Amino acid sequence: MKEFLTAGFLIGLLSATLRMATPLIIATLGETFSERSGVLNLGIEGTMLLGSLVAFLVAYRTNNLWLGVFSAGFSGILLSLLMAFFTVTLGVSQHVSGLGITIFASGLSLFIYRQVIGSPSIPPTVTTFKTVAVPLLSKIPIIGPILFDQYALTYIAILLVPICGYILFKTNFGLSLRAVGENPESADALGINVYKTRYVSLMIAGFLMGIAGSFFTLAYFNMFLYGIVGGRGWVCIALVIFANWIPSKVLLGALLFGGVDALQLRLQAIGFNIPYQFFLMMPYVLTIIVLVIVARRASYPSALLKPYRRE
Amino acid sequence: MKLPKFVVEKRSHLPVWLRVLLPVFAILLSFIFTSIIILFAKKNPISAFYNIFYGALGTRLGLMETIVKTTPLILTGVAVSLAFTGKFWNIGAEGQLYAGAFAATWVGIMKLPLPSPLYILLEIAVGFIAGALWGVIPGILKAKYKVDDVVTTLLMNSIMIYLVTAVLEGTWRDPVTSWPQSIMIATNAEFPKLIARSRVHFGIVVALVAIALVYILLKYTKLGFEIRATGSKSEAAHFLGINTTKTIILTALISGGLAALAGVGEVAGLHYHLTENISPGYGYTGIIIAMLAGLNPIAVVLASFFFGIIITGAQYMSRITGITSFIADVVQGVILLTMLGMLLLQEYRIRRAK
Amino acid sequence: MEAVVSMRGIKKVFPGVIANDNVNFDAYRGEIVALLGENGAGKTTLMKMLYGMYSKTEGDIFVRGKKVEISSPKDAIDLGIGMIHQHFTLVNPFTVIENIILGMKENGIILKLDDAKRKVQDYMKRYQLYVDPDSKIFQLSVGEKQRVEILKVLFRNADVLILDEATAVLTPQEAENLFKTLKILKDEGKSIIFISHKLYEVFEISDRIVVLRNGKVIGETSPTETNIKELAKMMVGKEVIDIVSEKSKKVGNLIIKVEDLFATSKRGHMAINGISFEVKSGEILGVAGVSGNGQKELEDVISGIKKPHSGAIYFNGQNITGSSPKNIIDFGIGRIPEDRMESGIIGEIPIYENIVVECYDSKPFCNAFFLNYREICKYAESLTSEFDIRTPSVNFPLRTLSGGNIQKAILARVLSREPRFIIASQPTRGLDVGATQYIHSKLIEARERGCGILLISEDLDEILNLSDRIMVLYNGKVMGFADKSELSREEIGLMMTGTKKEALNEVA
Repeated sequence: MKEFLTAGFLIGLLSATLRMATPLIIATLGETFSERSGVLNLGIEGTMLLGSLVAFLVAYRTNNLWLGVFSAGFSGILLSLLMAFFTVTLGVSQHVSGLGITIFASGLSLFIYRQVIGSPSIPPTVTTFKTVAVPLLSKIPIIGPILFDQYALTYIAILLVPICGYILFKTNFGLSLRAVGENPESADALGINVYKTRYVSLMIAGFLMGIAGSFFTLAYFNMFLYGIVGGRGWVCIALVIFANWIPSKVLLGALLFGGVDALQLRLQAIGFNIPYQFFLMMPYVLTIIVLVIVARRASYPSALLKPYRRE
Repeated sequence: MKLPKFVVEKRSHLPVWLRVLLPVFAILLSFIFTSIIILFAKKNPISAFYNIFYGALGTRLGLMETIVKTTPLILTGVAVSLAFTGKFWNIGAEGQLYAGAFAATWVGIMKLPLPSPLYILLEIAVGFIAGALWGVIPGILKAKYKVDDVVTTLLMNSIMIYLVTAVLEGTWRDPVTSWPQSIMIATNAEFPKLIARSRVHFGIVVALVAIALVYILLKYTKLGFEIRATGSKSEAAHFLGINTTKTIILTALISGGLAALAGVGEVAGLHYHLTENISPGYGYTGIIIAMLAGLNPIAVVLASFFFGIIITGAQYMSRITGITSFIADVVQGVILLTMLGMLLLQEYRIRRAK
Repeated sequence: MEAVVSMRGIKKVFPGVIANDNVNFDAYRGEIVALLGENGAGKTTLMKMLYGMYSKTEGDIFVRGKKVEISSPKDAIDLGIGMIHQHFTLVNPFTVIENIILGMKENGIILKLDDAKRKVQDYMKRYQLYVDPDSKIFQLSVGEKQRVEILKVLFRNADVLILDEATAVLTPQEAENLFKTLKILKDEGKSIIFISHKLYEVFEISDRIVVLRNGKVIGETSPTETNIKELAKMMVGKEVIDIVSEKSKKVGNLIIKVEDLFATSKRGHMAINGISFEVKSGEILGVAGVSGNGQKELEDVISGIKKPHSGAIYFNGQNITGSSPKNIIDFGIGRIPEDRMESGIIGEIPIYENIVVECYDSKPFCNAFFLNYREICKYAESLTSEFDIRTPSVNFPLRTLSGGNIQKAILARVLSREPRFIIASQPTRGLDVGATQYIHSKLIEARERGCGILLISEDLDEILNLSDRIMVLYNGKVMGFADKSELSREEIGLMMTGTKKEALNEVA
């Protein structure tokens, strides 16, 4: 028990919390854009997985990690275009389209990996990102190592929060996007192109989700595994609701869930008695509880899940 | 030259031949897209598909294995079809399958001194109940608290799989091999084999009986009517006196139980013990089957058999062509998407504007 | 003088129906031209083509003399055409300012809400259209929301304003305010196209009147050249013979008693503020009032959909407050819902299943778990012929029926169970004259058989023609009861806008 209370343990835990929250923050911000415009994107899990694969393969082949990150984002855009085609142009069920994208992207990831890499006894790895210590600030006791000695992607994730908030609430584009998600008929009647707006928001979402995926294979881990995303995409779906579709709250929620993830790993290492799976379960159980609490007062974007067709 | 303008308009009714043709067309379209992906891998798609079908149907062994793979698919397929009919979006068939497998194993490793038929009945009953309970939780959350069922059923999958993994790595870990799998179930708990020199087991009978029961339920019973009405327009159903809360909960119960039976069959009829990978995603394939079959129980049998072919055949094909068997997963995903597109044609028609 | 907007030879075809047929229509500067016609005459369709929301099948549109193609609202807005829709196109959680500037390219990339607020306030002063610019839409009254809609259009420098059934949701006082605003706009030189089916209004406010019937232009006239009766004839095509019932001679026992009812709306505010009334067997109690004054909540409470906040409902002496829909049905209360398509029918399932949906769990339609489809179909077929429901087969999904036949099916479902009490809400909305007359006659028939009927309707003529007694609702309170022919139409109109019956003499 004493192990928990050492400063070393806590600092390590909080630092890891921020780390593990990184993909959650980025992907959830993406999903926020998507849902704010009226599209529930269940393709997030598959997009993150394909993103992680593409990032890995590109980095493996070119030794350029950032190229890997952007390629992952690009793959996310391609998948989101597919999603947009089904849900916006064709106007079919968002639930099933998203699931289809996830199943397809997941299958494609496995297929490409096995086809390209095969099944070597020692799976290939990449040299991952190193953490970047902010000069001076990272020397501050306690806070320094937690906040200022992280991966570049983590800093980007944190910066994205106010950026996305600004875009959504202070720009003309954000106003139109939110209008499309609340009342597409009204937006249409004012000349806003509902289809184009949704396509753009989905592309933003796909880009962010792909980048989030790259974190797994280029920072958190150094290779590609089937379960590397491990269902975190579904957690993001709940996080959006938990955050009431507001970017600043996304950060809070992601830290909470990231914290549980980080804690679970450490407990495993210590040899804690309770099977580690119970901690892995926690985000999901927590999510369901959150959904029940929030269901009563959720301020869903009113047009979420309804396709829009003009006569 | 002016291009002819096309008009998209809502259909008044769907001719039967079209209802059958659309899934076929979806499959063909998905084969074309998958072939393009195979070409990118610098392999021969024609050889790939030929070998898939040959591997699944061309030999006795292949055909038997196809039936074995079809067995759990029929159950998850009909479980999801029933749920979707009542607009209960059960994405949790995978978790419910695990629940059934878990319960059946629990009963099976108790090594009770029961005559075989009774033991089997017990496994089926306990398995069904386990799946029903696992499925009814999201059902209640949806019916009473309006919580989105897609997300909750999805999350329940992960929870159940972690639960099973924890137990398999803990108390149920096989003491002899030390692997995360259970010990074998009692021999009197095993499903009988139906065809000599094959792995085809009693589970296929359970599956077909389930199909028949669901068909009768939906078409001829009061509950079936309530499920269809609630699924069609729950607001009107509620206004018109149907207890939609009760209906949704019952739908979730039955659907969860049916999916669990798939897990029971895999443990009691095929592997005789529980492992972490007892299902390679049969629960999700069930969703695709349900869509392809248009939620019709009879069509579910056909669609399940089709996917049984793809899954079995892909293994064979991968040995022959060097294309990884994961292509089967790609095919599944593409079919889901193409079928989705086809569903649009079901609702709307495109014709030339005069 | 050249027309600002000119539509020539306009034709619009939807699957199965010609909504507009060879329509010619002009709008001039500084005038209010009314587009008059019944529900379904094609008025809104025509204007939606002018606003780019519908595509035209045939014909040409000229704006300020030049031929134009308007393929989206953006095109219309760029041409200076603005539309204020019947169902408001406002984004509820946004503020007034946000709604007004939504979608304008002048906004630039970053929103400058303070600048916008100042500009909007200028417009408010200029046109005397005042609303609190920072309030959110869901906080506004209906009249205020409409003002925001008008400001939206004016802010985009519209010269041509199309108003679609603008007074449908307004109280008479709010309507007067609207007319004042329209006169200000007209004097500024704007063209106002006023869509309405309300003869009195059109007569009061317009300079010219264009009458549409069944998608065709029947004629053009002006208030100075015609009178109400002739206009009505042009609208409907024949001498309108409303079914007017005589006062019931067989009023019997008390069937429904509502005591001190309070109920909340979906938004959370108290929509019914303490009403009490009685309905006896053999009488029709008509509930008059502008939509939005508690009628929906009253219907929902009596139908079993909503539990009241407080108060009691008695049926034949038994307290049935808070009963579920199933209980209400089993008590023998028939309900004809206002929202036919959402609550009244399950469109995708066959007609015969819709007919028995309220009684399928009793004999002879079921035994134990199973449904007896032979009995069900037989029953459905007999009702189909009795109620003259036009369909090739009872096996077809109910949504394949026309609007009038759908309502007849609902009527058949309700009346075939010989209810003691019926609550009918907007029973003839959207139906043609023939179907309306049929529904009215069936309701009177039911009354003659001893049924008590609560008739909720926005159509004051329907209420006046059919009711034995009238109850007027305003803001969820009863303004008064009146016997048939006791009060004039104007007096009831005053009650509908908040004057209590006792206070009528003071106002008049």
